[in-house]
Amino acid sequence: MNMVRYGFWFLVFPGFAFSALIGMLASWADRKLAARIQYRQGPPLLQPFWDLRKLLSKEAVIPRSASRSLFLLSPLLGLAGATVAASMLGVAAFWPGKSFVGDLIVLLYFLLFPGLSLMLGGLASRNPIAALGAAREMKLIFSYEPALLAAISVVLVKTRGELSLSNIVSWQALHGPVALSLSGGLALLLALFAVQAKLSAVPFDLAEAETELASGVLIEYSGFLLGIFRLTRMIMLYLMPAFLVILFLGGIGPGPVGILLGLLKFFALLAAFILIRSLSPRLRTDQAIKLFWKGGLGLGLVALALALWGW
Amino acid sequence: MKSAAKALKKSAWVFPFFSGSCNNCNIEILDCLTPRFDLERFGVLLVGNARHADAILVAGVLNKKGVPRLKRIYQQVPKPCLVIAVGACALSQGIFSGSYAISELPVDRVVPVDIYIPGCPPKPEAIMAGLLKALENSGTKVPRTVRKK
Repeated sequence: MNMVRYGFWFLVFPGFAFSALIGMLASWADRKLAARIQYRQGPPLLQPFWDLRKLLSKEAVIPRSASRSLFLLSPLLGLAGATVAASMLGVAAFWPGKSFVGDLIVLLYFLLFPGLSLMLGGLASRNPIAALGAAREMKLIFSYEPALLAAISVVLVKTRGELSLSNIVSWQALHGPVALSLSGGLALLLALFAVQAKLSAVPFDLAEAETELASGVLIEYSGFLLGIFRLTRMIMLYLMPAFLVILFLGGIGPGPVGILLGLLKFFALLAAFILIRSLSPRLRTDQAIKLFWKGGLGLGLVALALALWGW
Repeated sequence: MKSAAKALKKSAWVFPFFSGSCNNCNIEILDCLTPRFDLERFGVLLVGNARHADAILVAGVLNKKGVPRLKRIYQQVPKPCLVIAVGACALSQGIFSGSYAISELPVDRVVPVDIYIPGCPPKPEAIMAGLLKALENSGTKVPRTVRKK
């Protein structure tokens, strides 16, 4: 019986089908809002679906020099990681009793999978440009992860060391959202930028860099393999704002009003993400590293000190 | 299969191939992405990578160095792939006709062209109309092979 339930969680409700659907909607909102900011009309609602459908029907080219199994496996690895993370997050949000202590840490590991799979796939294709992109992705991971961890540790200090997502939500239901305190607000700001880098969106899209690396790590991917990468990115686009809503803004509360408020919080964070994406130019690799190690980690440590002080 | 053909029409990613053009066609192609025209309404995106493309926009007269590159890019694009020739030069070598530097073969003798958009340069409206017509007709024809001279 447990297997059936886990299978359902993983494949249907908070997992694959649900997160893919919400991810497609988020991806549409992303492109539409970015287009509206540029005074354009933007793509129709079903655009992400048609993109994926087209990629599934196209030919998938495997380069002769590529390491075949790794080239084929790495998109799946990323998708599986994102799906597991989506189901864990969903279970913590919708069935608070079913999550376990320490799921926050496990979730952080699974959220690393999509970036890791991009890197692996790029290196497996043996394309020099993809290798350059993979190296940049690696540097980016090394720069945003400490900042993200600093931001999350502020939440841990605030909630007196709660390591399970549902406990963090219930703590915030009693004491108010973490983001409303000074240290929590600073940490949320920092986490927003780290998420921007995690989704490799515009100020930090140096691993793909359409204009200089011709989509870098993804350069050799086509057809359904590229489709899987795009689907993974869509799922992450839903996952990361939802993760921040749970950590900093008190999650999706009980009752219809709470659910409505939760959706509002989610859309506010998504809109902030899209605004940062469409209003900023791309940073160079050294600038991104400097930004996160100096500004980001500095801000994180200040927020951590403030949190320990009790602010 | 039906939805696959429809998906190609709804989401065409275009790879621009500019070879020896005077840059006017390139500017008119980029014009199609501006707020006034906005090709993204139809799901069309400009991509910088042949592996992600569904269509190649060829602009400019094909010069001698361009021929092997156009062939190679056509091979790199995952099939099905449309080829759209934009501007007088790509159609009939335009004002460069007879130059020592250009290929003896016009674009449609190197790769199979699906639609020709005349003009020097064609207006963005014409490029969009041509691109959308090519997408509308895609999948209805038997794919043509490269003709040998």
